[in-house]
Amino acid sequence: MAINRQFRTCPDTGFKIHLPADKLIKWNAVTAVVFLLIGGIFGLAVALTRWPEVHLLDADLFYLALTAHGLDVLLVWIIFFEVAILYFASSVLLQCRLATPWLGWVAYILMLVGALITNVAVLRGDSSVMFTSYVPMKAAPDFYLGIILFAVGALLACFIFLGTLVIAKNEKTYEGSIPLVTFGALTAAIIAIFTIAAGAIILIPTLLWSVGYVGSIDTVMYKVVWWAMGHSSQQINVAAHISVWYALAAILFGAKPLSEKVSRTAFLLYILFLQIASAHHLLVEPGLSSEYKIFNTSYALYLAVLGSMIHGLTVPGAVEHAQRKKGLNKGMFEWLRKAPWGNPAFSGFALSVVMFGFLGGISGVMMGAEQLNIIIHNTLYVPGHFHGTVVVGTTLAFMALAYWLVPVLWQRELFLPGLAKWQPYLFGIGMGLASLFMMGAGTLGVPRRHWDISFADATLSHEFPAAAYLMMGMNGVAALIGGIGGAIFVLNMVGTLLLGKKKQPAPAKAEEETVAQGPIAVSGSAGAVSVPGTFTLALIFLVTFILYYFVNWNYLAGVWGLS
Amino acid sequence: MAIFPPPQRVWWRERVEKTEVLWVTLALTWALVMFFMMPYWHFAGDQNLSNEAYRVNPEAYAAKAEAFAAEHKVREDATSGMPVVHPPAGSDVYMIARLWEWWPILELEKGQTYRLHLSSMDWQHGFSLLPENINIQVHPNYDMVVTVTPTYAGEFSIVCNEFCGIGHHTMVGKIFVK
Amino acid sequence: MAEEEIKTGGGDAGEPIPFMQQVLDNPFLLLFLGITVPTVTYIIWGVMEVASIPVAQ
Repeated sequence: MAINRQFRTCPDTGFKIHLPADKLIKWNAVTAVVFLLIGGIFGLAVALTRWPEVHLLDADLFYLALTAHGLDVLLVWIIFFEVAILYFASSVLLQCRLATPWLGWVAYILMLVGALITNVAVLRGDSSVMFTSYVPMKAAPDFYLGIILFAVGALLACFIFLGTLVIAKNEKTYEGSIPLVTFGALTAAIIAIFTIAAGAIILIPTLLWSVGYVGSIDTVMYKVVWWAMGHSSQQINVAAHISVWYALAAILFGAKPLSEKVSRTAFLLYILFLQIASAHHLLVEPGLSSEYKIFNTSYALYLAVLGSMIHGLTVPGAVEHAQRKKGLNKGMFEWLRKAPWGNPAFSGFALSVVMFGFLGGISGVMMGAEQLNIIIHNTLYVPGHFHGTVVVGTTLAFMALAYWLVPVLWQRELFLPGLAKWQPYLFGIGMGLASLFMMGAGTLGVPRRHWDISFADATLSHEFPAAAYLMMGMNGVAALIGGIGGAIFVLNMVGTLLLGKKKQPAPAKAEEETVAQGPIAVSGSAGAVSVPGTFTLALIFLVTFILYYFVNWNYLAGVWGLS
Repeated sequence: MAIFPPPQRVWWRERVEKTEVLWVTLALTWALVMFFMMPYWHFAGDQNLSNEAYRVNPEAYAAKAEAFAAEHKVREDATSGMPVVHPPAGSDVYMIARLWEWWPILELEKGQTYRLHLSSMDWQHGFSLLPENINIQVHPNYDMVVTVTPTYAGEFSIVCNEFCGIGHHTMVGKIFVK
Repeated sequence: MAEEEIKTGGGDAGEPIPFMQQVLDNPFLLLFLGITVPTVTYIIWGVMEVASIPVAQ
């Protein structure tokens, strides 16, 4: 295979872009958005079914839609977009040719075919086993086969990323260390490789069992290994969207990290400890010791949470620092007030940082405490939590990046710039509220993955308080608002590709100029850095975290004695 | 900038600014508090799941549960026809999870302690005791033993919160506490 | 941004790279750590615990 060395120079950023990488990034990103649309429609149908007054779908269709929703957004949308980010963070940021583009196409086709096979299996109706597919509930063999093919494709993409790092180093396309954003992407790739290896260990025997070659699979063993994939796959998102945060801070503000050392150490804590929180899902299972649960569920003394709290300070801190250097120095928050709130790349990014911390982050730590999990496991609090991480955290960050990346890669103007201004608010606030209402309902004991909490068809019944019904109704409304926001995003992206005006090679817009004029020459003498606004916000976060933590222990202390 | 390589060749020796040092210190302290809260609750708290569990074959478990129900049955429930079982305080109590019921109905006494056994006959189920909101995963082939102490009287429901097929949303059981 | 890349060689060129920076600059060492740690503390430890659950009498 001849080495392809064709590059184009991006007129907006000055980056040299390797043409085969350019094409792969585009196709992976577009495919991701298509699956976001499909998965989003299923998600909306689920929320409208759980809205008691609407109760849209029949029971069998509801469980089918819920399975499809989980697979298409939690796995397919996210991983396709992450592959695009891996190629971007290696090939574009390192100004390097992408390793083996042909293998990139093999990876793409495997992922696409795998996703389609699994979707067909689910839509056929004989594989409504949920995203988790807990044994001994059995799906059709092609359900597992599709996921395995998808995972193999994603694994190839991780290897291409690593290969590109090696080429860039050998060909000296950069000097010193890789950029922080690429380092974050490396973190995501490492977690992805662990995730996919664990997936292979558990899904290949499960496929054989589904075909009939293996007699039985131990249910607890399945859960231990499956969650090494299921939970870690969401940790890929965390690492990836935090890299996106750093990237957006740099692109929009010319911000440089407060300290390379601290931010990279925080990513190292992810590499070492983030995956072991898969034990969050095993806290009320039979037979696992408390020592095992406590060590793993706490990410080894909460060191990965420490990593997240560091990023939570350093990302907005970098923005504050950059803004203050531009003279927005008045008071505590002028830098924030005068931020470009009308630019969807910024508003999406800002909402993602805040809501990921307050909604997804705090609730995740609650569920992951060994004993607190007893009052949370499998209630609607759990989806409430991960809509706070994967939706308003990851998805919103990816949307924000897309607002910048898509016009730059395709050299087209945004299709509906007016609507785009509102989109992050609609989607972010809608889905943020949905996350909150689900957590509220979960606190009242409402189960997840449940078609009818009025138990109309049951012999024995349980009556949930009126507040639970109210929460489920509000969740439906919030999901509808978020759904409109999601639809505007998809429309805007597809519209930009098909109908967007070609960009004139005119001077770049103001915020893009900052890329070229960034304070790159300033060395990282940290003495001058001062970020009082960010520190105040971080303290508010910490106080909220501490209060809510003890509220939950107090709630736990009131239930039946268990030992 | 984070999208470019660090400007200095050696960035590890860079001095870290005091806001960051302070925040890392606070966050690490909080991380340790949260970590030690879990072992602390094992000593000081009343809500800890036991690690007691056994491998069991579903037929053998069902036989035990049926013998237990026959021995301590006090009446039949009017709506479901299910036996209502009143075991002595401190004894071993067996509950079967299966498609789609929790069997039998239990009658417990407030303030007394029972060794509650949970196991499934088929798929996984989720034991969700409401309105307490105590949630435990129930597996086939495993007998998990949880020592429970009801703290107040009333009617409690067990709702299944692990998806177990098309009848999942009809799987409700009862515990009465006197 | 070629002119900016020239500036990346700041600092004393002869200064040895600190150990931790060398670790963080080595993707394959990080890959090894990121797979070994969770495999040992989560998967292997977990599987051993499940395997040692006793059989009921």
